[in-house]
Amino acid sequence: MTTANLSQAFMILLRRDLTLAYRRRSEMINPLLFFVLVTALFPLGIGADPTLLREVGPGIVWVAALLAALLSLETIFRSDFDDGSLEQLLLSPHPLSILMIAKVFAHWLITGLPLLVVAPLLGVLLDLPGDAIKTLLITLALGTPVLSLIGTIGVALTVGLRKGGMILSLLVLPLYIPVLIFAANAVATSGAGLPIDAHLSLLTALLALAISLSPVATAAALRISLS
Amino acid sequence: MLKFFHKMASPKYFYQFAGKLIPWLAVACLGFMLVGLYDGLLLAPTDYQQGDSYRIMFVHVPAAWMSMFIYMVMAGAGAIGLIWHIKLAEVMAISSAHVGASFTFLALVTGSIWGKPMWGAWWVWDARLTSELILLFLYLGVIALYNAVEDKRTAARATSILALVGVVNIPIIHYSVEWWNTLHQGPTVTKFDAPSIDIDMLIPLLLMAVAFKLFYAVVVLMRARCEILQRERNSGWVRDLVKASS
Repeated sequence: MTTANLSQAFMILLRRDLTLAYRRRSEMINPLLFFVLVTALFPLGIGADPTLLREVGPGIVWVAALLAALLSLETIFRSDFDDGSLEQLLLSPHPLSILMIAKVFAHWLITGLPLLVVAPLLGVLLDLPGDAIKTLLITLALGTPVLSLIGTIGVALTVGLRKGGMILSLLVLPLYIPVLIFAANAVATSGAGLPIDAHLSLLTALLALAISLSPVATAAALRISLS
Repeated sequence: MLKFFHKMASPKYFYQFAGKLIPWLAVACLGFMLVGLYDGLLLAPTDYQQGDSYRIMFVHVPAAWMSMFIYMVMAGAGAIGLIWHIKLAEVMAISSAHVGASFTFLALVTGSIWGKPMWGAWWVWDARLTSELILLFLYLGVIALYNAVEDKRTAARATSILALVGVVNIPIIHYSVEWWNTLHQGPTVTKFDAPSIDIDMLIPLLLMAVAFKLFYAVVVLMRARCEILQRERNSGWVRDLVKASS
């Protein structure tokens, strides 16, 4: 029997998760529908005045994206935990933190990337200017991977619990605040025609930090949860 | 010295030692608090701008200091527990969480009571208030996670990881909130640029800070003793203890 080296293992895991997700395509739609629905609720709640919507739009879209990301988080380990393949993963000779990056990456491709596809539509619904919509896409591309990476730590801590969902939101949402602040601010700033380099640099820095640190924490948390 | 620490890591010795230490710490805490309160509430001069209502600071500021200090202690103890598998460190970490959450809540409430006459509002979205509120949520997350996991050793280690993740995030959250604040509304009335504090006000403030530290030590040791009894309920020395006291 031959063993896969690290990069092969990474690719195998990535392909496996994508295949599994592809076979349950209908589940991928749900976070998207949630994203659109929550955003559509706000004009109904606060009134349809276009100037008001343009002002609060960036915040609304980003809060909705945050909640959609949170909602889809739990699925990252759920089926693996139920059928025991998560424990097999822990026994693998490869560093668990690298394998976790593969899992998070697959999860982001399934749940984070689709948000980018519908976001321009929501921007139009909220009457955001063209520049702001472009910035919205950039911030989502930089920010949603951070949400997935940080959130996975929370999922790893709560994976064995029966009622993990509520606790997960309590654990993860405070840690999402910096992403929300910088991203929503960037969209609002570019809507006002000002430069946003600083915001984007900070978001990128958060992404770099999250990629390098959070898989280690996730791996440690998983080992504790499944011990 | 090393031998002393080694001995302390055993739950039994820690339980006895803490039991002896608590009364002394409690008396010292009471002493500092009485002197500090008397000094702060009666002797310290009235502020020329805020009148007497500034005196809530003698509770508010030490509570806010403690809220951050305890989070650091909790994360530090959690890290020690994770690295060297010392049970006692886990116990200390989780016992600190409740005390820390209480101090954070106290800081928020006293700040809000002070804010009503000073700013005319119970709450403003000032950077410091917001980060303190987020700190409270971080504490509550730690407590909720600890309560949700049934096996208490696993729970303690999971919460240690969460506390460490929180420590990495606290500076990021703090600065992001600060920048968010300045981006949104610019400097507000809330930014009082620490006008160098009068020495007659500083002394009671420091006395109260020491009193709060001692209070934390007393409460955390009491909580740790309870936690140890609960965890070690099947060991011989706890049974002897129960038998002796009944």
